[in-house]
Amino acid sequence: MDLTLKVWRQENRKAKGRFETYSLKKISPDSSFLEMLDVLNEQLVRENIEPVAFDHDCREGICGMCSLFINGRAHGPDESITTCQLHMRKFKDGDTIVIEPWRAGGFPVIKDLMVDREAFDKILQAGGFISVNTGSPQDANAILIPKKKADQSMDAAACIGCGACVATCKNSSAMLFVAAKVSQLALLPQGRPEAARRAKAMVAKMDELGFGSCTNTGACEAECPKNVTLDHIARLNREFLLANLKGV
Amino acid sequence: MNLNAKIPAGPLAEKWTKYKSAQALVNPANKRKFDIIVVGTGLAGASAAASLGELGFTVKNFCYQDSARRAHSIAAQGGINAAKNYQNDGDSIYRLFYDTIKGGDYRSREANVYRLAEVSNAIIDQCVGQGVPFARDYGGYLDNRSFGGALVSRTFYARGQTGQQLLLGAYGALNRQIAAGTVKLYTRTEMMDIVLVDGIARGIITRDLETGELKAHFGHAVVLATGGYGNVYFLSTNAMGSNGSAIWKAYKKGALFANPAFVQIHPTCIPVHGEAQSKLTLMSESLRNDGRIWVPKEKEDAEKIRSGKLKPTDLPEEKRDYYLERRYPAFGNLVPRDVASRAAKERCDAGFGVGSGQAVYLDFKDPIKRLGKKVIEERYGNLFQMYEKIVDENPYETPMMIYPAIHYTMGGLWVDYELQTTIPGLFAIGEANFSDHGANRLGASALMQGLADGYFVLPYTIQNFLATQLTVPRMDPAARPEFRETLEEVRAGINKLLSIKGKRTVDSLHKDLGQVMWENVGMGRKKEDLEKGIRKVAEVRETFWKDVKVPGRADAMNVELEKASRVADFLELGELIARDALVREESCGGHFREEHQMSDGEAKRNDEEFKYVGAWEYKGPDKVAEIHKEPLDYEFIEVKTRNYKQ
Repeated sequence: MDLTLKVWRQENRKAKGRFETYSLKKISPDSSFLEMLDVLNEQLVRENIEPVAFDHDCREGICGMCSLFINGRAHGPDESITTCQLHMRKFKDGDTIVIEPWRAGGFPVIKDLMVDREAFDKILQAGGFISVNTGSPQDANAILIPKKKADQSMDAAACIGCGACVATCKNSSAMLFVAAKVSQLALLPQGRPEAARRAKAMVAKMDELGFGSCTNTGACEAECPKNVTLDHIARLNREFLLANLKGV
Repeated sequence: MNLNAKIPAGPLAEKWTKYKSAQALVNPANKRKFDIIVVGTGLAGASAAASLGELGFTVKNFCYQDSARRAHSIAAQGGINAAKNYQNDGDSIYRLFYDTIKGGDYRSREANVYRLAEVSNAIIDQCVGQGVPFARDYGGYLDNRSFGGALVSRTFYARGQTGQQLLLGAYGALNRQIAAGTVKLYTRTEMMDIVLVDGIARGIITRDLETGELKAHFGHAVVLATGGYGNVYFLSTNAMGSNGSAIWKAYKKGALFANPAFVQIHPTCIPVHGEAQSKLTLMSESLRNDGRIWVPKEKEDAEKIRSGKLKPTDLPEEKRDYYLERRYPAFGNLVPRDVASRAAKERCDAGFGVGSGQAVYLDFKDPIKRLGKKVIEERYGNLFQMYEKIVDENPYETPMMIYPAIHYTMGGLWVDYELQTTIPGLFAIGEANFSDHGANRLGASALMQGLADGYFVLPYTIQNFLATQLTVPRMDPAARPEFRETLEEVRAGINKLLSIKGKRTVDSLHKDLGQVMWENVGMGRKKEDLEKGIRKVAEVRETFWKDVKVPGRADAMNVELEKASRVADFLELGELIARDALVREESCGGHFREEHQMSDGEAKRNDEEFKYVGAWEYKGPDKVAEIHKEPLDYEFIEVKTRNYKQ
């Protein structure tokens, strides 16, 4: 396949960015999107042009490092995948593809297509864990957990922290990300003691870091590569409300 | 050199308890006076950093990714072993220990492996306490599945994302300590070298990957949890950034490197699609619980399938060769990874391969018929989805194609029972060390070892070292020549890479190295090939230092420079793998020497001459490394030929 790419280039955090156009020839439709970018970078290095910086690591859809807004969609034109799992067969020969970084106040661009997602770590540091020291817990089967609850918890825990939800939300809200963690832990008996405190602390941190509020458009759910659903946001709201009622 | 593994005396089952009761500890008030550097945030690194933080030490933790949660442990799919015996199927600590030693083809230490099995149960308790949503049955109890090399169901799992869930558990514990102020995390930061002061590891030099800034960090001890070196082969199931540089730098500073040739080739990966291929994707071993592996019985049928004239689903049952079930009736499709990989290669080399010729089928037709599509979807849904996205075929309807790929490295830095390397104060944990898996790792044991080392072993053993360091004050890196000199060496190395300004891209040279390694130091190894491999690696290395092209600057983000610096180390490490493979004139586990096999093609081990750990010492830039041997004494078990047939 022959392609035209319009790629966002930005030297560093402070520099002003711009789109650059590159053409690529003979790309295999079986290549992944990131392998296509590898080919572009090999070409750029040979032409003495600085290669395009983009985040990626595991290339199997689980580390959450790859991002990219492709033709106006987070992780590109396919459902339930990350950019590294997007394959070129989803495009047509002769296509023009526009590639941008995540754009959100909470995720400043570092270089080209790379953004800083440290805010996600900070939100989790505010309370996205169960306070248990190494060696403390009792036998793993001592507390039974109904299969349905464990499964629901796992649905939420599948979040990979990529930030597609924020990037796709018109308010740049991080509600789906926060809800996934709050919900995962709130559903488990081990997570109950801190549930209210956790919800409050994480929401407060999210607000502090400049993420917008949730207006229930559902765009995040539609673009989430791991199919984390809006009911987790409902559960977060319930936990948050409870926390306020209890005066935690 | 005397390699003292410091194995505690006494009966096997009492060694760890005895060690813990006799070891030195650091009192709570003194703990905060100690700085500990932990490099890596995977299962081993994150669990160690968090546990040390909980104890009150001052911890500095480093990762090259943008968040600790991205470390490649996250990609482990199938599960984690533990000797809970919740299934009442005859499991025990002893059996897990025995299976691990046997699976490793009797090339690991009894005492280390027994301790691993011993702490395995506490890991599961810990993870459940952290909120890891393991699979459960309708009664609310934890569920188990089976993995290769075992006759019991002892593998705990969270769908096909067990590594992710365990890592997020450890990452949660780490986040809690970061919030508490005991751990400081440095992301997008790469370790460039280790600093020794009077022969003791006292710090590291790092490069900030965003700004290019070089910095020196002090620690009373340094812990490397930097994973394996599978990316020497370019194509592997490792993440793109996974690298061997930290352990290689340690090796060049005097830490011995043990069993580098023990590399695991995983039997169930998605086959290569073409030249632009950047990595290989694993399909979890758990698929072999239900899936059946086969190739056509007749070469003509294999040819017809390869040319597209025949569909695999149209080939009748009697014309299929379920070769694992045929060769290994007792374990069938659940033989260990090395056995399954070699059997696939044997069939493909003999002309029975499908797809491009380098693939075999993993078929779910029978289990779908037996259990229904819904059950299979529940067990493996995300793996099937992943396969379909990559290959564009539906594995519910047509069999998956798989082929072996480089996956895990059993070799690594030599460590003693305390997980300390031959450099005092330098510890290596998880895949970065060599200690527990011998010549082959069993499925679902990597997660177990990473967390065992990080949660339950290192936090004890490191204190035995630190307790001797109470009088060592914190050092100011700016005021110490050792730190300044190492930093300047790192700077010079970077400038050297940038100054070559040749014509070859880093990736093209890395691919050349990978190809030399795969062809000459891959699944089946021969003397001539290994010698050729050593020569060819040297050629690629020479081309690299003459003709590599690294654009950009040292004092800014420079992805090509990061890659170049890692590949420069792989180009040396590759040679050591080949040298180790050359001197080990036997077949054991993942190391198969064509010259040493039984008449039926099974591995022929040579316990008389090679029942040892081969630990290599760096002798200087243009000198050949020297091997030191740590004999493996089996006090408690009988060493046998591995047999998965009966």
